[in-house]
Amino acid sequence: MNSASSHTSVPAISIQGIRKRYGRLEALKGIDLDIRQGEFFGLLGPNGAGKSTLINTIAGLVRPDGGRVAVVGHDTVRDYRAARRNIGVVPQELVYDPFFTVAEVVRNQAGYFGVRPDPAWIDELLGALELDDKRDANMRQLSGGMKRRVLIAQALAHRPPIAILDEPTAGVDVELRQSLWTFAQRLNREGMTVVLTTHYLEEAEELCDRIAIIHHGEVQALDTKAALLERDTRRSLEVVLEDPEAELPESVAPFLAERDGVHVRLQFNKDENSPVALLNRLQEAGVVVTDLQTRSPSLEDIFLDLTGEQLAPEEVT
Amino acid sequence: MVFNAVGFYTLLKKEVMRFWKVGVQTVFSPMITTLLYLLIFSYVLEDRVNVYPGVGYTEFLVPGLMMMSIIQNAFANSSSSLIQSKVTGNVIFILLPPLSSLEFYLAFVLAAAIRGVLVGISVYIVALFFVDLSLDHLGAILAFAFLASSVMGAFGVIAGIWAEKFDQIAAFTNFFVMPLSFLSGVFYSINDLPEFWRNISHLNPFFYMIDGFRAGFIGHSDVPMSFSFAFVLGFLVLLSVLALRLLHTGYKMRS
Repeated sequence: MNSASSHTSVPAISIQGIRKRYGRLEALKGIDLDIRQGEFFGLLGPNGAGKSTLINTIAGLVRPDGGRVAVVGHDTVRDYRAARRNIGVVPQELVYDPFFTVAEVVRNQAGYFGVRPDPAWIDELLGALELDDKRDANMRQLSGGMKRRVLIAQALAHRPPIAILDEPTAGVDVELRQSLWTFAQRLNREGMTVVLTTHYLEEAEELCDRIAIIHHGEVQALDTKAALLERDTRRSLEVVLEDPEAELPESVAPFLAERDGVHVRLQFNKDENSPVALLNRLQEAGVVVTDLQTRSPSLEDIFLDLTGEQLAPEEVT
Repeated sequence: MVFNAVGFYTLLKKEVMRFWKVGVQTVFSPMITTLLYLLIFSYVLEDRVNVYPGVGYTEFLVPGLMMMSIIQNAFANSSSSLIQSKVTGNVIFILLPPLSSLEFYLAFVLAAAIRGVLVGISVYIVALFFVDLSLDHLGAILAFAFLASSVMGAFGVIAGIWAEKFDQIAAFTNFFVMPLSFLSGVFYSINDLPEFWRNISHLNPFFYMIDGFRAGFIGHSDVPMSFSFAFVLGFLVLLSVLALRLLHTGYKMRS
């Protein structure tokens, strides 16, 4: 990895007051965010939230109207060469150069960053991404999943200490998604800072140390996954009653969220009530419970609460 | 890093390989097209047109055709490469790296110049089977070939940056590059034109490229070679400043 990553006190990416407007649309409304070196960071948000605009601003593809971004202390405008050398970006779209082979595009990408060809590293990358036997194949001949892997190899060709993965698993099959997760986790274990944008909550929950939820161009929440979940004090108690006609006692009725015959869902604040207390009240009123289940809020609940929107359904192929 | 030499070289090599991999389309086909012009025009006009004393029409025609193919192919190279990259989205691969505007510009223009000169050389080699060509001033030939192809490479960069669709590049080619190259004295001396059209031709930058280049072969020109050289060089500087400005501001490349 690049030597810059040794200065761990400097944020991997520091975003200060970034604003970007496209006509009447304010895509980014003054984003402030520090991503620490070595962390697996998730940028979560629905489509159109501003995730890609933010990523592209970090990468220098979008010029902000205000604010600044520094990559390992290097300003992305004044010191763009050093800033860009420190990041590898996997774009969201499956783009490729139809004139070249897999090995050629990876080699070229390293070269653009000023890195002389390192056959050993390219072999290692292609091996890790299971592209060995495709190295001499033209990009046009590859499947979508293979092209996605080549994009990752291109992003890492110059050995950046920071990888930015913009929706890397959008539209890929479950097997490839799992292998990409494993690969991203391996990079992170080896010291690489990984920034992942996604609208798959499962992905963010599984991989990320910290998560920023972006909505309407603003950071709505920024914390560890555990802390984000801890913010929500709502809990659910789902019970199955013996008698579908059984009437809930007055002490329990205010907590009723849903009822479908014998299936009853109660919702309460964990700081004020407990599932045991609610069960006791049911028992005291003579309501027989045959089964029960408690439920804590998921990241999806937190997300819904913050943004008022559900994330797009998974596009698993 | 003052100059990203590895990055520049890699981009240049990639741009050269891009056209070389489809050499039949990018080098061989233009050579054949130019050869057809040569066969038809020289057959029809050889004994009927005498442009300069002691210079056969075919000998006059070949340098003009060479320069016309250089002009058209140099423009096609940089403009088509950029518009293809923009339309397919793979332009991102050259926007993400730490390449300066100058490195980006030089790589595209040099690759275009290489293709233009390669097509020009291939036309020259084939033409040798049909006509004895004199070489009055090799330095001038090389200088004009390089300058003209660089001008058109730069022009192609500007067109490629500006255009958002393939048909906008086709419009540049069909309504600007082709007419101006055909009307620049490839097939005739502008001194044979009526005064009005002669004066109009003096405003055509392609005329100076062809006139100076041809003078390197036959030793005759419509305007002094030094003037043509200065004009083409000045035009290159002008287009370079404009292209570098567009790249620096990220016009239509970075949002």
